[in-house]
Amino acid sequence: MTFDLRLPLGLMFSLFGAMLTIYGLMSDAAAFKKSLGVNIDLGWGLVMLVFGALMLTFALRARSRNKPGSGG
Amino acid sequence: MPQTLSLAGIDYAILIIYFVFVLGIGWALKRYMKGSTEFFLSGRSIPAWVTGLAFLSANLGAQEVIGMAASGAKYGIMTSHFYWVGAIPAMVFLAIFMMPFYYGSKARSVPEYLKLRFDEKTRGFNAMSFAVMTVFSSGISLHALAQLMETLIGWNYNWCIAVSATIVLIYIVFGGLTSAIYNEVLQFFMIVLGFAPLVFLGLKDVGGWSALKAKLVPVATNAGFAPGTFTESWSHMGSSLENPMGVGWFGMVAGLGFVLSFGYWCTDFLVVQRAMAANSMSAARRTPLIAAIPKMLFPILVILPGMIAIALYQSGDHFLPLVDAADPSKGLNYNMTIPMMLAKYFPAGLLGIGFTALMASFMSGMAGNVTAFNTVSTYDIYQSYIAPNKTDRHYLTVGRIMTVLGIAVSVGCAYLAAQFNNIMDMLQLVFGFVNAPLFATFLLGMFWRRATGHGAFWGLLGGTAGAAVFHGLALAQGASPGIKGGWLGREFTFHSEMGQNFWMAIVAWTTCFVLTIVISLATKRNKTDAELAGLVYSLTPRPKAEDEPWYKRPVTVGVLVLAATLGLNIIFW
Repeated sequence: MTFDLRLPLGLMFSLFGAMLTIYGLMSDAAAFKKSLGVNIDLGWGLVMLVFGALMLTFALRARSRNKPGSGG
Repeated sequence: MPQTLSLAGIDYAILIIYFVFVLGIGWALKRYMKGSTEFFLSGRSIPAWVTGLAFLSANLGAQEVIGMAASGAKYGIMTSHFYWVGAIPAMVFLAIFMMPFYYGSKARSVPEYLKLRFDEKTRGFNAMSFAVMTVFSSGISLHALAQLMETLIGWNYNWCIAVSATIVLIYIVFGGLTSAIYNEVLQFFMIVLGFAPLVFLGLKDVGGWSALKAKLVPVATNAGFAPGTFTESWSHMGSSLENPMGVGWFGMVAGLGFVLSFGYWCTDFLVVQRAMAANSMSAARRTPLIAAIPKMLFPILVILPGMIAIALYQSGDHFLPLVDAADPSKGLNYNMTIPMMLAKYFPAGLLGIGFTALMASFMSGMAGNVTAFNTVSTYDIYQSYIAPNKTDRHYLTVGRIMTVLGIAVSVGCAYLAAQFNNIMDMLQLVFGFVNAPLFATFLLGMFWRRATGHGAFWGLLGGTAGAAVFHGLALAQGASPGIKGGWLGREFTFHSEMGQNFWMAIVAWTTCFVLTIVISLATKRNKTDAELAGLVYSLTPRPKAEDEPWYKRPVTVGVLVLAATLGLNIIFW
């Protein structure tokens, strides 16, 4: 089986991370009264973005390593 | 006035994107499903980190997440016994001692192992009860999901059932077990990334760990317990009167830690199936260990929110709703802890992540049951009793039909649960009777070559009957005879239902253990030593792990995991 789960994981969380980060940047402070004044969308969006990017990097590295003639 | 949830555009977008990925994975896997082995066992080709996280996640259904937070609010840190006494030792035992037989015997399911080790009737009994149990659990998941969505955001109950059942149906029919496993990993990360900010914000709100401890003191003393009861896991377990769980240390260690946990983690095909899909013996043995590492830390994600909620309630922040608004004496609805905290702290955006995580956990709870059901019903019921000796393609098709059937029955059960809650309680009770003795059968089967088919079968039946009789004679304080027990008279009284439950498990296990030994000694062996090779400990060569690095050796990792768990028990003693 050549389906690497890290690829969809990386894509999905990069996307979610980017969405939250942008949303957090665009929202004004009043939106974060609920989260005790913390712009949690921005903060946590960046965390998810980093996680997603890491997964993508691993997946793409594995892919390029497997390509040249190894057949695996 | 309880807040209900309202979702913004971005939250809906996140929910929809998640389901696009879920269905997309199913679709992408479709072309790999060439035969029944691919469909039911993922072709034994999945890397250990994936099976490990799926192993953990298959158990992380919404009932677990919501139930653990509720227990955290009701009992405090003692709830961690479900993890640090219950789950972890059982998972390490499965990895080191039992996985070699499951994986090495090439049995395709847990009931099939029973057939190879004992006989047809033992397999039949286990397969039938397991198949019925999985569709009912899946139905209960579905019902709980639709009910929660209806109260939380006012979605239509019927639509919730239809949409979630269809999504699960599509991705399993396409991608089989692999699809379920991959989606469980997706769900694992959703839960971790979706609930971690909840704990962060909750702790910030309550003022940190030491403030939380201080605020939980009046919660304990008002209920008549020692001040530290909610934040010390072992100090108040001398007797069942000292803690809100109503359980003493022996009932906890023997009932939960040994019988119930080992019974669940080591014999329930729902979780074992994940490890059996691993790509090598070594990966199969590492599966439960990889799962154990995050599992150790899960109390932070699922129990701590409950403790925070009750501490906030104590200091005047009444965001938890009552069970019955018209009758405050029925107390707080602890099951709403997680949904209410999501609504309280999460702004639009993050709410989408948290809400999706919650929904995902309901659906993967359902998918786990459905994949276990289709395998057992195809291999252990259809192929064994209805139509043996057909082509592999035939069984693949049957597996897909069983998936549709399983989901259809689940939907039926969901409506049954909505109409007659008592029927569901009764069924779960009966499943409890059937499950409690099971670990005794496996223990004797794997470590005692003299155990016979008759011994196993009658021992299992006897243990099940023992559980039922004990239940009929025992009752928790304040409960009235009937579904809660005591229908044969009231011989034993417990301080809580949980205590009653743990002791029922101990009785069932002991009955099965003793009966199996006695009957085995009285009957002739039905399997020769040669037939039992690979199925019984003393007749199986030990799997070698010497040529692997230390972090891949099951025994080394197992010991480290146990040491870390012991450390956690001591820190929070």
